[in-house]
Amino acid sequence: MIHTKRLATPYIVWMVLFTVVPLGIVFYYAFTDSITGQFTLENIVRIQSYMPIFIKSIWLALISTLVCLIIGYPVAYYIAQCPPSRQRLLYLLVMLPMCISFLLRTMAWVSLLDDTGIINRFIQAMGMKPLPLIRNNGAVVLGMVYNYLPYMILPLYSVILKIDSRLIEAAQDLGCNSPQVFTKVIFPLSMPGVISGFTMVFVPAVSTFYISQKLGSSGTTLIGDVIESQFKAAYNPNLGAALSLILMVLVFICIGITRRVSGTEEVAMP
Amino acid sequence: MKTFQRSFTYLVLLFLYIPMLVLAVASFNAGTDPAVWKGFTLHNYSELFADGVLLPMLLNSVIIAVLSSLIATVLGTMACLGMHDMKPRLRNMYMTVTNIPMTNPDIVTGVSLALLFAFAGTLLKMKSVLGFTTLLIAHVTFSLPYIIMSVLPKLSQMDPDLQEAAMDLGCTPRQAFFKVVLHEIMPGVISGALMAFTMSLDDFVISYFVYGPKFVTLPVEIYNYTKKPLQPKIYALFTLLFMVILLVMIIMTVLEAKDEKQQSQRRIAFRGRRKRKEVEG
Repeated sequence: MIHTKRLATPYIVWMVLFTVVPLGIVFYYAFTDSITGQFTLENIVRIQSYMPIFIKSIWLALISTLVCLIIGYPVAYYIAQCPPSRQRLLYLLVMLPMCISFLLRTMAWVSLLDDTGIINRFIQAMGMKPLPLIRNNGAVVLGMVYNYLPYMILPLYSVILKIDSRLIEAAQDLGCNSPQVFTKVIFPLSMPGVISGFTMVFVPAVSTFYISQKLGSSGTTLIGDVIESQFKAAYNPNLGAALSLILMVLVFICIGITRRVSGTEEVAMP
Repeated sequence: MKTFQRSFTYLVLLFLYIPMLVLAVASFNAGTDPAVWKGFTLHNYSELFADGVLLPMLLNSVIIAVLSSLIATVLGTMACLGMHDMKPRLRNMYMTVTNIPMTNPDIVTGVSLALLFAFAGTLLKMKSVLGFTTLLIAHVTFSLPYIIMSVLPKLSQMDPDLQEAAMDLGCTPRQAFFKVVLHEIMPGVISGALMAFTMSLDDFVISYFVYGPKFVTLPVEIYNYTKKPLQPKIYALFTLLFMVILLVMIIMTVLEAKDEKQQSQRRIAFRGRRKRKEVEG
């Protein structure tokens, strides 16, 4: 046999060096003072004042994830029902926007939603008053839904595709009506896709900093914005590390809860 | 119900493509504000090619994407071959490490690498180590799990007898690997490599924390641009990039279709063989 376990050694060395060790350094920074370098809990204590921002980030990310699920499920279901050639085309169409810089796509939304943007010019041309479409929570949620919707559709699609159609027929034969078939057979069977989509939307949404900067206002500062500013503007890497640590733990807890609630350990990869 | 689903799906696709349309139209707009149409022009495109900043940044992005996806593909495929041979317990440990960058928010990965490089900088007594190497390391790191996720399933789908058959027929282990095993897992390797390439090309969040002023990639530069009033030549660049990515995606889909066809043919052949055996037996 030519492939032996040793072939995986460079990989594991790389991953330990560049993912495990850096997380250790985050830990170290989170518990040390920025000037003296001595052990302190001050960074963790200071996080208390950022609690409202944490709550706001989680809240907006949860809303966006639920909207993505509600919009994404029918789309994924429809794609999975199509003939294979059409499936491939639709899959490509859903995936394509993800390959374009999300910065530019968010900028495009700014020019659509701005006070003097495309939509408001259109509204004014119709003789109505311009609407406050940007710099509020709604705009941030829209930006998150827009950017991360494909991450919800793709895993849902790949799970729904694998559902055995005989199970659906069996449920129908046994007297289920369409809503019952959906709630008792299709939806429970697509749970791994729901969990995977939930994670893939929630994690980037809760930690974003660009969307809230462009589509939000000072009132929609999210935790990602605070972390970014600790490293890029206010240079306090110790506080930034502590915030990152809490964010990481929160994300792990959220993922854990979703898996527990849904009662599944299996997660679908698109 | 079906018509509702269809119209809903196309409505969602429209929602996904409206901003793209805005950008593409803006690239031909004579004015600078995308909201005001000032007439058709190709001026933005000529300005893009005359511009000395954006295109070198694009080249930087491509260099990083090519190198990082190559390194990640080689390292990742080797790791898969090794992991395939492991006992479940050890393999689970490797998978846990693989999952770290996948479940961690990008910003945390970026911050942790930034702190690592800062730490390395103080060890090496350099002011800043940030630059080409740090970007490359970061991109390889976040690409690796995607390679593992796309190659490992191909390895477990592979018929283990194939390799032995090749050796029975006189292949050395090395030949059996390059002629049979590698050929079998190639679709997974290619789709993993393409995924790593596109992820790397488009990555902003992690790059933003580990780039140095000497070596800037396109998404980071676009971020710096969007802080100032946006220049329309960016829209032109975007429209060209969109075309290139469309082409890559089409190639990827065709490759996948080919792979599926091959597999279904093999399945049919296999079933035929079994039937023949049953008949003969």
